[in-house]
Amino acid sequence: MNKEKLLVVNNLVVAYGSIEAVKGISFVVHKGELVTILGANGAGKTTTMRTISGLIKAKSGSIKYKNKELRNLPAHKIVGLGISQSPEGRRVFGTLTVEENIMLGAYTKTKVNTKVLEWIYQLFPRLKERRMQLAGTLSGGEQQMLAIGRALMSEPEMLLLDEPSLGLAPVLVKTIFETIKQIKENGVTVLLVEQNAKAALKLADRGYVLEVGKIVMEGTSQELMSSPKIQEAYLGKKKKNN
Amino acid sequence: MEIFFQQLVNGLTIGSIYALVALGYTMVYGVLKLINFAHGDLVALSAYIGLVIIMQLMGALSPTILIIATFIITIIITAIGGVVLERAAYKPLRKAPRLSAVVSALGASMIIENGIMLIWGPMPRIFPASVVPNTNYNIHGVYISLMQVLVLIISFILMVALYLFVNRTKLGTAMRACAIDQDAARLMGINVDKVIVTTFVIGSALGAVGGLFIGMYYRGIYFNMGWIYGLNAFVAAIIGGIGNIPGAMLGGMLLGIFNAFIAGYVSSSWSLALTYVLLIVIMIFRPTGILGERVAEKV
Ligand SMILES: Nc1ncnc2c1ncn2[C@@H]1O[C@H](COP(=O)(O)OP(=O)(O)O)[C@@H](O)[C@H]1O
Ligand SMILES: [Mg+2]
Repeated sequence: MNKEKLLVVNNLVVAYGSIEAVKGISFVVHKGELVTILGANGAGKTTTMRTISGLIKAKSGSIKYKNKELRNLPAHKIVGLGISQSPEGRRVFGTLTVEENIMLGAYTKTKVNTKVLEWIYQLFPRLKERRMQLAGTLSGGEQQMLAIGRALMSEPEMLLLDEPSLGLAPVLVKTIFETIKQIKENGVTVLLVEQNAKAALKLADRGYVLEVGKIVMEGTSQELMSSPKIQEAYLGKKKKNN
Repeated sequence: MEIFFQQLVNGLTIGSIYALVALGYTMVYGVLKLINFAHGDLVALSAYIGLVIIMQLMGALSPTILIIATFIITIIITAIGGVVLERAAYKPLRKAPRLSAVVSALGASMIIENGIMLIWGPMPRIFPASVVPNTNYNIHGVYISLMQVLVLIISFILMVALYLFVNRTKLGTAMRACAIDQDAARLMGINVDKVIVTTFVIGSALGAVGGLFIGMYYRGIYFNMGWIYGLNAFVAAIIGGIGNIPGAMLGGMLLGIFNAFIAGYVSSSWSLALTYVLLIVIMIFRPTGILGERVAEKV
């Protein structure tokens, strides 16, 4: 099967001053796929996501979305092309209402698509109940729902999720991952960054492992899950014979 | 009691002017976390521009048309001035340390102030007396002039309009979003640069109205008036909670009324000193201003 390549990242280098946080990574996301990037704290996952969205500029390499180079585009144009992001730490607008946050997600649209809005409220009924509340008064899990819902309002073809499970109680993690699955099933291509490797691999089609700015391993979720190295370093399983 | 109501009317008038000017400080601070020290000088510039227009067109137009034309032309020129200021003094320093932008703001302030002096000279200029007819209404012993009525009504309309724009429109919501988290705003597809320019346009336009009111109400304008009116408006913005739009309106009104009562019951020579006493007292009890958010600033 020859799947359409939606996002092709090639030899991407991103630096903060003289320190390279991402050191020449390449990866591909096909249309309709759910791809995960795993890695410990500081591996360069967020840097990669922010660079795709145009919040930071790459030092070298290329980011092609539907064969269009994104590297020199400002962030707001990238949203218009169909890539939206729920950033690490949720970053909801705390002094705006839940509804205002959601509507801002549709900023690039001339008209709010009520079908999408209904779908989001169906995915996250809690947001509908609390739509007049200030986003800053929501719980962590609800804020994460809001961040994802807001990102969906631009009707993205590709959704970037940066650590959606960060700091959430296990029950909520399950809910969020369940929703991500539904989003994928609805036809949205997802690039998911996670430290929670187990949950991410269960959901993903393929994955990449990032270590200090370099991709050290890639494969299908099954391949990664059965790799001893992954089991030891990311899935918390002990080596059998030591 | 008549003094009380008279000073209340006077205080609301000057308070409206402070509020209009304070909005420019607070809106720019909200979005850029920058004190635009040149804002007061832009207000002064607008008063001079207004005077030039009035002197050129007086006699050629009927008084009402003259006033409307003066406001429109001055607002447009001042708004363009605000955009030029942002592009020249602040945009190149967007990623520089905050102190650089402060120095740039002070530099821009001096350039505008000295520019006014070079063009129009160091001596005060006087607005003609008859721009707005000198009609006074006597309401149970309290005098209110036509000019005061105009200031109060126009300021009120502008503030309501601003409130609706910021809270009810897409661009206004984007502006509030930019004030909270610019990167998150970019992820929504908001062109943050465009929002910043809009902020300068609105702030400068309101400042222009303030500058014209100063000229028409007090009549005497001078090249460094931006400092004193700017400072008062800035204090008003801080009292209300810098970055907070209703706060700037409230702070301006409070400061105006406070100053008027000092002038009415004590002496106007005390008003500046007591303004700072008021500021200090409010800062002690509400360090972030009356309506400011009580949260530590994110760095
Ligand atoms: N704004 C920044 N300035 C300087 N260094 C940064 C900045 N953000 C991240 N880094 C560094 O870049 C590296 C990668 O960080 P990040 O992309 O946030 O990793 P991850 O998301 O995988 O935890 C880390 O070493 C981090 O300290
Ligand atoms: Mg991260």
